[in-house]
Amino acid sequence: MSEHHKETFLTKYVFSLDHKMIAKQFLITGMFMGVIGMLMSILFRLQLSNPGESFAVLEFFLGEKWAPGGILDPNIYLALVTMHGTILVFWVLTAGLTGTFANFLIPLQIGARDMASGFMNMLSYWFFFAATIVLLYSLFVESGPAAAGWTIYPPLSALPQAIPGSGLGQDLWLIAITLFVVSSLLGGLNYIVTILNMRTKGMTMSRLPLTIWALLIVAILGVLSFPVLLSCALLLIFDRSFGTSFYLSDIIINGEALHNTGGSPILFEHLFWFLGHPEVYIILLPALGIVSEVISVNSRKPIFGYKAMVGALIVIAFLSFIVWGHHMFITGMDPFLGSVFTFTTLLIAIPSAVKVFNYLATLWRANIRFTPAMLFAIGFVSTFITGGLTGLILGDSALDINVHDTYFVVGHFHIVMGVSAIYGMLAGVYHWFPKMYGRMMNKKLGYLHFWVTFISAYGVFFPMHFLGLAGLPRRYYTNSAFPMFDGLSDINEVITFFAIIGGLVQLLFIFNFFYSIFKGTKATENPWGSNTLEWTTPVERIHGNWPGEIPTVERWAYDYSKPGADQDFVPQNVPLKEGESEH
Amino acid sequence: MQLNLKKNKASKQLLWIGIVSIVMFFGGLTSAYIVRKAEGGWLEFEMPIWFTISTVAIVISSTLLLFAAQNVKAGKSGTSLLIGTLFLGILFSYSQIQGWGDLVAQGVYLTGVGSNASGSFIYAITLMHLLHLIGGLVALTITTIKSKQGKYTKDNYLGIQLSSIYWHFLGILWLYLFLFFTYS
Repeated sequence: MSEHHKETFLTKYVFSLDHKMIAKQFLITGMFMGVIGMLMSILFRLQLSNPGESFAVLEFFLGEKWAPGGILDPNIYLALVTMHGTILVFWVLTAGLTGTFANFLIPLQIGARDMASGFMNMLSYWFFFAATIVLLYSLFVESGPAAAGWTIYPPLSALPQAIPGSGLGQDLWLIAITLFVVSSLLGGLNYIVTILNMRTKGMTMSRLPLTIWALLIVAILGVLSFPVLLSCALLLIFDRSFGTSFYLSDIIINGEALHNTGGSPILFEHLFWFLGHPEVYIILLPALGIVSEVISVNSRKPIFGYKAMVGALIVIAFLSFIVWGHHMFITGMDPFLGSVFTFTTLLIAIPSAVKVFNYLATLWRANIRFTPAMLFAIGFVSTFITGGLTGLILGDSALDINVHDTYFVVGHFHIVMGVSAIYGMLAGVYHWFPKMYGRMMNKKLGYLHFWVTFISAYGVFFPMHFLGLAGLPRRYYTNSAFPMFDGLSDINEVITFFAIIGGLVQLLFIFNFFYSIFKGTKATENPWGSNTLEWTTPVERIHGNWPGEIPTVERWAYDYSKPGADQDFVPQNVPLKEGESEH
Repeated sequence: MQLNLKKNKASKQLLWIGIVSIVMFFGGLTSAYIVRKAEGGWLEFEMPIWFTISTVAIVISSTLLLFAAQNVKAGKSGTSLLIGTLFLGILFSYSQIQGWGDLVAQGVYLTGVGSNASGSFIYAITLMHLLHLIGGLVALTITTIKSKQGKYTKDNYLGIQLSSIYWHFLGILWLYLFLFFTYS
């Protein structure tokens, strides 16, 4: 089959069919987009903490047109918020996270030489790359990038003449996202088929590492929900470009009445959030999988409640399809329907609590090794709890109405989905770096990176809850237009301060990452003492993963500190001893 | 042989999961139709007769394809039946375009003054179905050429199996859409 073969520069690094190289392509593209998205957030945070003040940095990045005299233009403020959301949600936390770890881990952990279709896998990356180019290009068009929010609610997104960002920028946004969906679908199909068909001998579903379970369920979620986003975007494109009235009705713009009648913007919200909510879990579940693995390895203990962990993933995924209404409590929804969505939403607390309980039970009285990966995994558990608790408030329609569209929501979703998923991603990078590049990342820089990130992330998002409770609306260009919010300006300055610190320290991570690729200390085959199959592959990357036969699997992935074993870990390919029971 | 079987199974699974995502796509569109219709201001009109012709064409084409696959399975050639399927597929596409012409003649427009979401939905959804069907026609064309070249044997006719699954799916999808538009 696909044994190792001679490669040219082009087939090795560019049009690679090797899943490990494609994973790195996703990771590095994701990191690049992450830096851009983060920079955008710092730029608009400057405006939010110091409204209307002049900053040389704004003029440096945005130019005379969008930041005349160093003061942020309101239109570009909206565009920056939109692009920050789009880039982080789709480019970094969907493609960057799943694209990296699904591609990297699935064949290695299930014992396959590559994905079911290497070609589709390559296409998946190149569609993503094309989407990236289109999105980046939209930053440079005359009228600016899309500015209707990453949720592109009509009518703002549907009327090219509405604001500058509704013009060409929005068209390019829609093209980019369509390419992105194609990429996700190609990837997702491949992940599912690979996991179901290509497992090595002995790798039953009940022996799969939790990372693979999480990635499988994410792929299923993607295949079911992204097409609905596409149908939603399709009708929007018809409204924008062909003048139909799916979402538009009775609109007067610049004194001119449009012909559109009977359309419903609420229809858009229904379709959008039918994707949008599963998307939250598409972002979160890979992080849950990675964290399960990292916590178990570094606790030197089997993951607590393996079956419950799998069950919780499945229940969360199922529930994610019937909760979308909680994004729409203030759209005039029938209160009875609202209570149904409240009920289904609050149900998610149960599997989430199961997961948290199991993480804590795994950590309980464990011989913990605080590697940078482990710190980020524990950091994940922390933010998952903090953010999850405010989710209970927002999931309840009666409570949500009071803080809807305020900074409370911004604080909630950044902690529970943004920061948590980033921690999961960082934990994964620190943990699997030795397998990706054959070298170790610098530990001390890793610790510094973690602690500064951890403190500044809470420093940014925790105070936002208080802003929200005080009523400060999200999405507004300035906080100084209403005297009632004047007292909140100090909090906004604190948030911006931490945002800058948190942003800068990521540069340290990026330095560590690239420096270690070339200059890190050489890794051994299994530096963490892990059980999963990827650590049985040689340090040198080869296409086909194992030089000889693919190992067969004899046990589950979590035999750590097993009584009677010689070491505190027993890899999955070691046969059971005589009289040894499986768990 | 073992490996081939495994690969065939994986290819079919890939297609089936792809079909599931297409179902979600049309599910999204038709549920949007239902939600929008419930809001009122909905123009009622007759389905063009050409859409009935489309329905007949695609049902017969699927039947021919079924026989083609059976022929290949029995070790005979399926080429002429495949050509028949392809021809009916093209007839389907033609009748769709004629159907749109009928709708315009009735005063049901996709867009502009006097257009209504009920009409716009029909155009948008049938157009999307037609685009998927064009993909099916491409697959069938390749299959037909390969069949003519004698590349399929009774042990190995994965190409025909895959295009059959997709083509039958498109037929069922059309039946669903046609009944949905007529009776919903």
